[in-house]
Amino acid sequence: MSVSGDHSNSVFANVVQAPEDPILGVTVAYNKDPSPDKLNLGVGAYRTEEGKPLVLNVVRKAEQLLVNDPSRVKEYLPITGLADFNKLSAKLIFGADSVAIQENRVTTVQCLSGTGSLRVGGEFLARHYHERTIYIPQPTWGNHPKVFTLAGLSVKTYRYYNPNTRGLDFEGLLEDLGNAPTGAIVLLHACAHNPTGVDPTSDQWEHIRLLMRSKGLLPFFDSAYQGFASGSLDADASSVRIFVADGGECLAAQSYAKNMGLYGERVGALSIVCKTAEVASRVESQLKLVIRPMYSNPPIHGASIVATVLKDRGMYDEWTIELKAMADRIISMRKELFDALQARGTPGDWSHILKQIGMFTFTGLNADQVAFMRKEYHIYMTSDGRISMAGLSSRTVPHLADAIHAAISNVA
Amino acid sequence: MLSLASVSPSASLSLQKNFKTNWKRGTSSRINFLGSDFSKTKSYTRTSMTVAVKVSRFNDITMAPPDPILGVSEAFKADTNEMKLNLGVGAYRTEDLQPYVLNVVKKAENLMLERGENKEYLPIEGLAAFNKVTAELLLGADNAVIQQQRVATVQGLSGTGSLRLAAALIERYFPGAKVLISSPTWGNHKNIFNDARVPWSEYRYYDPKTVGLDFDGMISDIKAAPDGSFVLLHGCAHNPTGIDPTPEQWEKIADVIQEKNQIPFFDVAYQGFASGSLDEDASSVRLFAARGMELFVAQSYSKNLGLYAERIGAINVVCASSDAAARVKSQLKRLARPMYSNPSIHGARIVANVVGSPELFNQWKEEMEMMAGRIKSVRQKLYDSLCAKDKSGKDWSFILKQIGMFSFTGLSKTQTENMTSKWHVYMTKDGRISLAGLSSAKCEYLADAIVDSYHNVK
Repeated sequence: MSVSGDHSNSVFANVVQAPEDPILGVTVAYNKDPSPDKLNLGVGAYRTEEGKPLVLNVVRKAEQLLVNDPSRVKEYLPITGLADFNKLSAKLIFGADSVAIQENRVTTVQCLSGTGSLRVGGEFLARHYHERTIYIPQPTWGNHPKVFTLAGLSVKTYRYYNPNTRGLDFEGLLEDLGNAPTGAIVLLHACAHNPTGVDPTSDQWEHIRLLMRSKGLLPFFDSAYQGFASGSLDADASSVRIFVADGGECLAAQSYAKNMGLYGERVGALSIVCKTAEVASRVESQLKLVIRPMYSNPPIHGASIVATVLKDRGMYDEWTIELKAMADRIISMRKELFDALQARGTPGDWSHILKQIGMFTFTGLNADQVAFMRKEYHIYMTSDGRISMAGLSSRTVPHLADAIHAAISNVA
Repeated sequence: MLSLASVSPSASLSLQKNFKTNWKRGTSSRINFLGSDFSKTKSYTRTSMTVAVKVSRFNDITMAPPDPILGVSEAFKADTNEMKLNLGVGAYRTEDLQPYVLNVVKKAENLMLERGENKEYLPIEGLAAFNKVTAELLLGADNAVIQQQRVATVQGLSGTGSLRLAAALIERYFPGAKVLISSPTWGNHKNIFNDARVPWSEYRYYDPKTVGLDFDGMISDIKAAPDGSFVLLHGCAHNPTGIDPTPEQWEKIADVIQEKNQIPFFDVAYQGFASGSLDEDASSVRLFAARGMELFVAQSYSKNLGLYAERIGAINVVCASSDAAARVKSQLKRLARPMYSNPSIHGARIVANVVGSPELFNQWKEEMEMMAGRIKSVRQKLYDSLCAKDKSGKDWSFILKQIGMFSFTGLSKTQTENMTSKWHVYMTKDGRISLAGLSSAKCEYLADAIVDSYHNVK
């Protein structure tokens, strides 16, 4: 039987070419660029001063231990994942002294990094929660609306970023959450908001908490940068902890992609804090029904690395030091970029580069300026003007500053 | 347990009004979060008006039943009887009933450790080197469909994850199309299609009278299904029955599917594990591909490379043209991104290293022959024990005819319960036993249990 390239015979004739993912597609485009000056500020993956990916020393150590352990096997994990990993992850985010954990009110399931945790949580809520609307901040990580829509929730937004101040639109946020129906789900970035880098202050968090609790809004935290934002694991979890401390319920998605540099190992966890231990147990049983038909059980390697590091005092301390070093390098890049723009006399107020927190800076550059920088300077970033500070080095800051200066000067 | 002040609706409204005024003036909430002791936070919030929700919002959620397959291992663990035998999950065990990590896998992991590779995100479609070798392993490197770039391959989370991606694609691009699944089939298949919102129906497969294939029933039911349906086929070592069509029967199945313009959807979880030969076990898939048919194939490396917990597999879509394959691949990526963004590296690298190195690949083939060989010999021993112990004249030869990790014993639900309650033999309620969990030393004991359950329990 001959096979031609005859499309009319294909059952896939109506399947169109999907566009590249807007965030991951930046790297695809970057890879294709032959220019020696090219700079990838797209994906939020940490780079060293030399521009290289980093595997933490403590991660390599943990891996050595695991691979060299003759008693280790590769049997299926339980549907909920590696038990040690789950317990340690809950402690990491909620605090070792968390009353909710002591009272067994928390169910934690290992998932495929942050994305997987959000998707499993979303599917669970779409099936079991009476309010099927989730409010996400405007703007937010590009993948959020897709994750929740495919999970079966309907997605609305609340005001978050004020482009005039390049800071938080706190009044708008309170108003929009105030107008949300009772019980609606609200997505909150625990720290280092992606893409803006703008976080509420602790006072503002307290007000958000009071408002949400008074309306019975259900918090769903996305915690992808714990320890990476300020350099302190506890400080970066404080928003989550004030909600848990008041005895109410919430969801929290954790990722170890950035803070342990385990990007490709896909390690994360979904925790659901419930009113009672009994409810938590029933919730866990239903989470298993979401996971089993999706991928049966999660991958072992990354979770084993995390558990190994978290349970050993020495390794844990080493980790916090390496984590702080990464956070500090990013903070120093912020200072260098700000200084470079000041030195060039680039028009505008660039202090937001210093005020924003975490891996990203929301530059305020528009799509045309971004395109200009790509074409003329081979600088790759997402079209919303978000740059990953983690991709910068002292060596490349001048080139970026030149590009920004040129874009501001030449492109409206 | 923190006690919470109850908030009446009117009180919560005035609370909201207070927020706006209070935060502008500066509130008394001087909470220092940096390195603070959270017991201080607790006493603060005890006095503040907080949660309007007194009862859990999840209160109406019922306790879900344990997974019928994975739940068996949980029950087995809880059993303290020393004669207990776990024939539940399809995970290979050595003669000493220990889990087995293949030597080639250990070698590959050591190589990877030495190389000190990074842990950057894979592309959404997975590791390119893995995708290449997995398609070649399935179809043959010199297969025309590969030469012509007509296969869209996307790394998936083992078999389950790959099936789920395919199901999501079917739901989006073939709305209303049904998937026909065998009766019986792996218990999780229907869950996958249910969650993906793809309708399914069953085609006859297992004939309890012969403990063999109901071939006429199968063909009739596929013919009776709508044109354009997807037909889920087990590439080899049918789970749970162990009953595979013969090559001639595969040809006839392909004929019917082509007549009806249906789309074959293979689940290949045991390539190499069924007969011991990778090529032989892929022959059903290759037969269909050679006819120029478009098809879906989900692969898993859980069993044949013992990579269970690493979750490594792939979804392959063989298309009529390279253009269609490119488009299909792009849409599979669009479905993976909101599910988990990109797949895990570790298992993919192991497979790429093993299959990509002639030395490791040959070693793998030897280890696989050894595993498949142990299962065949255990089948023989079980059969011999059954014949020796059962004087009723019942024909137990189906044990030898069935292939792969599982045997469908033909035991009923109550008989299966007897296996567990009286004999501490753990198996799934459909009568399936995993021979991979059986040692020669335990064959006689198992034979006793089966004979007793079959004859003495109704």
